[in-house]
Amino acid sequence: MQVVHTGNRRSLENYRDLLLVLFQKEFKIRYKQKVLGYLWSIANPLANAAIYYFAFSVIMGIREENYILFLITGLFAWQWFSNAVGSSPKLFVGNSLIKKIAFPRILIPLSASLNHMVHFILSIPVIILFLAIHNAIPSVHWLWGIPVLLTIHLMMSLGLSLLFASLNLFLRDIERLVSILVHFTFYLTPILYSEDLIPPDYKNYIFLNPVAPLIISWRNLFLDGTIMPLYMLASFGYALIFFGIGYFVYNKLSWKFAEVI
Amino acid sequence: MREIVVSFDRVSKSYPLYKEFRGVKNVLFDLTKHLNRRSPRFEALRDISFEVYKGEKFGIIGRNGAGKSTTLGLVAGVLKPSAGRVVVNGRIFPLLTLGAGFHPELTGKENIILNGILMGLTRREVLQKIEEIIDFSELEEFIDRPIRIYSSGMLARLGFSIVAHLDPEILLIDEVLGVGDIKFQKKCQEKMMEFRTGNVTMIIVSHSVGSISTICDRVMWIENHVVRMIGDPMEVVEQYCKQAGVEFVVDGNKVQTKTSTF
Ligand SMILES: Nc1ncnc2c1ncn2[C@@H]1O[C@H](COP(=O)(O)OP(=O)(O)O)[C@@H](O)[C@H]1O
Ligand SMILES: [Mg+2]
Repeated sequence: MQVVHTGNRRSLENYRDLLLVLFQKEFKIRYKQKVLGYLWSIANPLANAAIYYFAFSVIMGIREENYILFLITGLFAWQWFSNAVGSSPKLFVGNSLIKKIAFPRILIPLSASLNHMVHFILSIPVIILFLAIHNAIPSVHWLWGIPVLLTIHLMMSLGLSLLFASLNLFLRDIERLVSILVHFTFYLTPILYSEDLIPPDYKNYIFLNPVAPLIISWRNLFLDGTIMPLYMLASFGYALIFFGIGYFVYNKLSWKFAEVI
Repeated sequence: MREIVVSFDRVSKSYPLYKEFRGVKNVLFDLTKHLNRRSPRFEALRDISFEVYKGEKFGIIGRNGAGKSTTLGLVAGVLKPSAGRVVVNGRIFPLLTLGAGFHPELTGKENIILNGILMGLTRREVLQKIEEIIDFSELEEFIDRPIRIYSSGMLARLGFSIVAHLDPEILLIDEVLGVGDIKFQKKCQEKMMEFRTGNVTMIIVSHSVGSISTICDRVMWIENHVVRMIGDPMEVVEQYCKQAGVEFVVDGNKVQTKTSTF
């Protein structure tokens, strides 16, 4: 079996344009209703924050100071992760373009992941607003902390997207599995509660949750401008591993995509 | 010597029979079987060899499920052969149809840009040609509307206008001739005829033996996943019709099946 194909060579400029145009496509669709589109996109985590605040602070009386701010700083980052990973199994399924044109399929998950990232960046002003309400201001450490965490988070969600999007073509129930997994992870990640509340015996187990160090890093950075090197390193390690696995699986399977769509 | 742009050398293509492989449960239960990798495969093409020359208009006919789309998929490079050798020299321009390649929420114009870039052009190159494409499509003010409101004929016009004006090297057309209203059909025919004399290589799958025999230089007939005949359009079409039990008439230069005129 051999293929010599000069027809699908692309210039670097074409790659760039392709990524851009795929990115714009998704962006436009997401913000189709312009202002309202943006409002909707931040309404969801805010509404969640309000519900959790009501349930855990008002009703159950959790003792976390500035609980609403605590929730919001974690929830936006979580929202990015869960939206990106939760929607990833559908990225290739039903994309009939894959049957027609040979183009680097990785650009689909890449443009989707970038979209989710930009989306998150656009929600940072909301976080700043809530900080201001609580008489706090952004820290200078944001200047390096945000780019570093963005990179780690992007790499992790791209890796997982590649993995789930590819596998879901061959095993269609990956989609359901992923949604259950994301749901589990939410409660296993210190988002509603602080990691300090975890009993000492179990505390180290949070390193087994790939998302926990990342979310904790985001929240610490937003709340008081600190990043704990251990958490950052752990999340970077997980991001590398997931990207490696995701890319490997994608690379092994991508030539078969057109057969199974 | 004419330059060969597409060459298939003893190409076979089989598809996995994924139906018992689609669920995680089945994979776990049948793990050993899947590890053996001896799961049965369905052979869609067997030992196909043909060549297409630069500038040639090459037709493919055959019954449903014969393997025509699979052949185009191999040419486009979206499928890999299970055996044999596929060589393609030139950029592929598939004629995109409803569903594939168009995004319903984007406008006609945005879809032109998306499609052009997908086919390998840069944004700049597409923008240079966009006026010409819009003019040809005659979609006028609809070009700035989302294409979900287009009729299927309008979509077909858009699709054809795009590939026709992007200086295609190898144009792939899979059963989409004869869409759009008669006026646009005529325009397409004229454009195709313009391509006839030019350097554009076309590979056309169609059930309309009439258009196949007027447009094509050579025709390949695939029957039951193997090549049954390659050669002069008239001869191949005649045999094909005879085998299918369809009467056909040669009217001057035109071939028509008696059934294809409704
Ligand atoms: N992705 C696929 N997976 C499994 N079988 C397929 C796939 N695509 C096509 N086939 C089978 O291969 C044969 C040839 O299909 P195709 O090339 O689409 O035929 P045609 O275009 O000539 O109608 C058919 O029997 C079809 O069912
Ligand atoms: Mg077909």
